[in-house]
Amino acid sequence: MPEINLSTAFFIGLGSLTIVASLGTILSRSPVTSALFLVLNFFALGGIYLLLEAQFIAVVQVIVYAGAIMVLFLFVIMLLNLEDEQRLTERYDVKKGFAILFAGLLLVEVLYVVGLKTPAIAPRLGTVAAEIGTAKYIGQQLLTEFLFPFEIISVLLLGAIVGAVVLAKKNFGPERATAKTTL
Amino acid sequence: MIEAYLPIFAMIVIAIVLGVLLLTLGRLLGPKRSNSEKMSTYESGIEPVGTAKARISVKYYLVAMFFIIFDIEVIFMYPWAVNLREFGVSGLVSMITFALLLLVGYFYILKKGGLEWN
Amino acid sequence: MNALALLLVMELGDRFALMGVVLGVLLTAVAYTVYAERRIAAFIQNRTGPDRVGFDLIPQLKFLKGAIGLGQPLADVIKLLMKEDVVPENANKFVHALAPLISLFAALTTIAVVPYAKGVAIADVNIGILYILAITSLGVYGITLSGWASNSKYSLLGGLRSSAQMISYELSMGLAVVSVVVLTNALNMGEIVESQTSNPLNWNVCRNLLGFIIFTTAAFAETNRAPFDLPEAEQELVGGYHTEYSSMKFALFFLAEYANMIVACTVIVTLFLGGYQVPFWTDAPWFVQVGAFITKTLFMMFVFIWVRWTLPRFKYNQLMDLGWKFMLPLGLFNLLIVASTIVIFGNSLPLSILNLVLVALCVAGSFAAKPQSKMA
Repeated sequence: MPEINLSTAFFIGLGSLTIVASLGTILSRSPVTSALFLVLNFFALGGIYLLLEAQFIAVVQVIVYAGAIMVLFLFVIMLLNLEDEQRLTERYDVKKGFAILFAGLLLVEVLYVVGLKTPAIAPRLGTVAAEIGTAKYIGQQLLTEFLFPFEIISVLLLGAIVGAVVLAKKNFGPERATAKTTL
Repeated sequence: MIEAYLPIFAMIVIAIVLGVLLLTLGRLLGPKRSNSEKMSTYESGIEPVGTAKARISVKYYLVAMFFIIFDIEVIFMYPWAVNLREFGVSGLVSMITFALLLLVGYFYILKKGGLEWN
Repeated sequence: MNALALLLVMELGDRFALMGVVLGVLLTAVAYTVYAERRIAAFIQNRTGPDRVGFDLIPQLKFLKGAIGLGQPLADVIKLLMKEDVVPENANKFVHALAPLISLFAALTTIAVVPYAKGVAIADVNIGILYILAITSLGVYGITLSGWASNSKYSLLGGLRSSAQMISYELSMGLAVVSVVVLTNALNMGEIVESQTSNPLNWNVCRNLLGFIIFTTAAFAETNRAPFDLPEAEQELVGGYHTEYSSMKFALFFLAEYANMIVACTVIVTLFLGGYQVPFWTDAPWFVQVGAFITKTLFMMFVFIWVRWTLPRFKYNQLMDLGWKFMLPLGLFNLLIVASTIVIFGNSLPLSILNLVLVALCVAGSFAAKPQSKMA
């Protein structure tokens, strides 16, 4: 079975890349380098989706996460002019506690799912995954079974628009003239 | 299925290798005669003033934010577009409903002046 | 099973060979596009352009010297290779080197899914056009990061402007692509070309002229070409995001810029100009199809160069206004028309007529409008 060997090899490669990129994200001192590792992480994740035959999700992962959301992250890092981690560390002990708590919970969750060894899902994935992963199938589902959630997404996005405008509002009102030198 | 993507994967590797190779070649062949004048940041001939990492306008952040939102809208249109022929009018109506709400958001942005660049 | 696997391997081998050919052609084409651009610019501005460098070292090619200057690209490459790589102080060295790599990566890998003849593509994947959009969306990083890493005000502002411009026009580009997907009912690049048939009236440029205009305009902006080359407006921002780049790093940006332009042309040809389809000749032999594809691409490249040396540059607020207040609504409107026609009539003939009328109205409107009122 040459196919299985190939996908296993790719899975190991992409999986390691994802882990390395994740480590890089949390360990690097410069926020920009962190963000770049996260982009790499998303890219590798897209590759893993591809291995699972989820072509559309793979490409959306790259377009939306790597291509759009991370650009926003970079802009925000530049906007706040973060130089290195030192400035952020001091008074975050409570948050750090919560972070460790949630990371621990997530780890337990993952271990639980791995321990389940769900035999019901695995074979189903193998046979029809190729069809499920296409844009055509996703579209069919969106327009029939998931029509309501699909329409509700636009409300969610509308909320995001309003939120962004309200948050940044005072900067393009009349008082903008008094703002300090910004590029 | 993964086989169809192998050439793309190879292409990605080749592009990276080619870039690194060219950079290394340039570094090896080029001279290295540095002095502090040469290494200083270009600022039209005068001494650099202040830091280059000035804070940037919130406008860029807003544009990126709106981009994400409308990008997601466009992403949802691809699965819809390949099914439009089968679903006909009902498919068209679903997407118009979806886009109409976002259009409301778009006009809200316009009215609030979120896209003014003066 | 074994025979099938063998077949697959052979086919893969062919694809890898094709990859080598395409990359070779692309890189050579970049060099000579720069040359062609300089010659065409010179022609438009009533100058001569590069006309000295020949291939004197190779006796057989001595006759090329004349007044053509065909050796110029080679000389330029050697010059760039031999230059010192200057990294400004306080710059982030790693990111400074990474940025041109990302730009080059995005420019070169996009071409993998473009079909050059029937069934001839480096990779034939289901989601071809989405792959192109995905890689294009990564190109933003090269520019943002180069601006940030250089530790220079010009670079930072140039990079920011450029990346904000790129993401803004990506939306209109995406909407134009959706309208093509509605028309052709496919995301696969080969299927998109096949659905356009060998009859030029079925090409998307006729069925969806508005979409073609939107996509091409967005492509100008995505490739940072004039009239959208604001990030490198010399009068105010020096060199834009590559102000602090020299030597091979600068060459990589240059390479990426022109590779981007060529690839954008091949994508426009594939989506709108019938790709490898030869007019009125169904099932032409593969080399004729490749010839047709190259001819159309060269034509689009000429349009890119022609526009650059003809139109003046936008102001930044005009550029953002055009993207967000004109192109985005226009893209949505175009999509609405295309989708409605497909649903109601079941074919695209009314679209061709409608599009022609719309474009005629737009042209008439732009002549009627006073340009001064927009400048305020």
